[in-house]
Amino acid sequence: MPKQTVIPFGPQHPVLPEPIHLDLVMEDETVVDVLPSIGYVHRGLERLVERREFPDYVYIAERICGICSFIHGVAYAQGVEAVMDIQVPERAAYLRTIWSEYSRLHSHLLWLGLFADSIGFESLFMTSWKIRERILDVLEETTGGRVIQGSCKVGGVRRDISAETLDRMAKDLEAMKKEFKDIKEVFLKDDAVKHRLKGVGKLSKKDAYELGAVGPTARGSGVAIDLRKTGYAAYGNLQFDPCVETAGDCYSRCAVRLNELFTSVDLVKQAVKKIPEGPIETKVVGNPSGEYFSRVEQPRGELIHYVKGNGTKYLARSRVRTPTFTNIPPLVKMLTGCQLADVPVIVLTIDPCIGCCER
Amino acid sequence: MKEQQPVKNIELGELLKGVEKYGKDGYRLAIVTCLKTQEGYELTYSFDKDYKLQSLRTTIKEGTEVPSISGIYWNAFIYENEIHDLFGISIKGINIDYKGNLYKTSIKYPFTAGSLKEVEPCQSKQ
Repeated sequence: MPKQTVIPFGPQHPVLPEPIHLDLVMEDETVVDVLPSIGYVHRGLERLVERREFPDYVYIAERICGICSFIHGVAYAQGVEAVMDIQVPERAAYLRTIWSEYSRLHSHLLWLGLFADSIGFESLFMTSWKIRERILDVLEETTGGRVIQGSCKVGGVRRDISAETLDRMAKDLEAMKKEFKDIKEVFLKDDAVKHRLKGVGKLSKKDAYELGAVGPTARGSGVAIDLRKTGYAAYGNLQFDPCVETAGDCYSRCAVRLNELFTSVDLVKQAVKKIPEGPIETKVVGNPSGEYFSRVEQPRGELIHYVKGNGTKYLARSRVRTPTFTNIPPLVKMLTGCQLADVPVIVLTIDPCIGCCER
Repeated sequence: MKEQQPVKNIELGELLKGVEKYGKDGYRLAIVTCLKTQEGYELTYSFDKDYKLQSLRTTIKEGTEVPSISGIYWNAFIYENEIHDLFGISIKGINIDYKGNLYKTSIKYPFTAGSLKEVEPCQSKQ
């Protein structure tokens, strides 16, 4: 039996913006086993639900993550609304959809930049983030916040977007598609990039499903799970197909995210066309009593906010299952059998958000 | 759009059999949730197939040992270690057992009642 060595990877590593640790069991340059560790920055945010009134907890929910903060707010608000049988005005549902897709664009472009950086492609990193800046500008203009938007609330949304601004947003996104095509061309056709990604970190369709993979990690392996198809917010009125690739390698997961940029643009354009006039919030009366698993599609995959109310203004329980948390077991599978030099790239392809894990 | 999310209450002894059925029927494990109740804890195992979420729920008393479902759903280890570290519930037979080291928290079992200092909510609007 070859000699085995354990190499610690993380919690501080150049490709990791947040702390995750992997014990890599090596035989020469090959990883034969992996033990992942998280929990370095656990914040106990779920228990804060006992100290914040349920309408105010949406601010905490948004702060679980600094990238998909708006979608956390939507998931939490939807959970409480389901428990209280609150029907959100249609315009608010459309606005939630539009901001959710902007969050997805922002998150995917952020990831593409980080990913390009991890394979040493600095100009591609800068190009991706240059495009992302314009998405953030729109989020700031329409919500007041670049990272934490604060525009979602139980019963609707806090801000409206004028018809002129919505038209401009749709036109800008259409113009941005050319830039998306340009970076997609490099990511998917450049020989150096392909060499680093093709056939690396493979996850079969069966493993992806059985190990609980979600989001681009699952869709890159041919599992067409996309919670937007359940029709929450205004997604039920919009047409789209989940982006699916079948190779199950790093290249596929990257391709899924690139293709989803175009899906998000189309969804925003459809939403802008269909958004009705009307109020943006409903008055919330009473306290929640009951439970609900609110499920939405974050940029990294299925996000679940479980809320349980006990008839008081403080919820009995808030439980958040983030996509990164459930993508850790599939990551173990992807890493087993890979080369040591590929570990950083493979880890990045699940788009790990440790802030989300450590809620 | 509100989903129908049936929850079936079962005895702890029926847990593995119930979970096994979901595994055989092709459901994926979506979430495991723990809730502190007055008598003990409520464990809810939720499974998804074709965007339909179904749950099994069992109630246990303080100090009860729970069998691991990681023999049926390999990925359950991450949920079970989390429940152990936050609620102090002993789970027997986890395939990857961190033995209390998944989360490095300053308070042991921080989600059990009474482990945090009881103070008035700072944003009370009375």
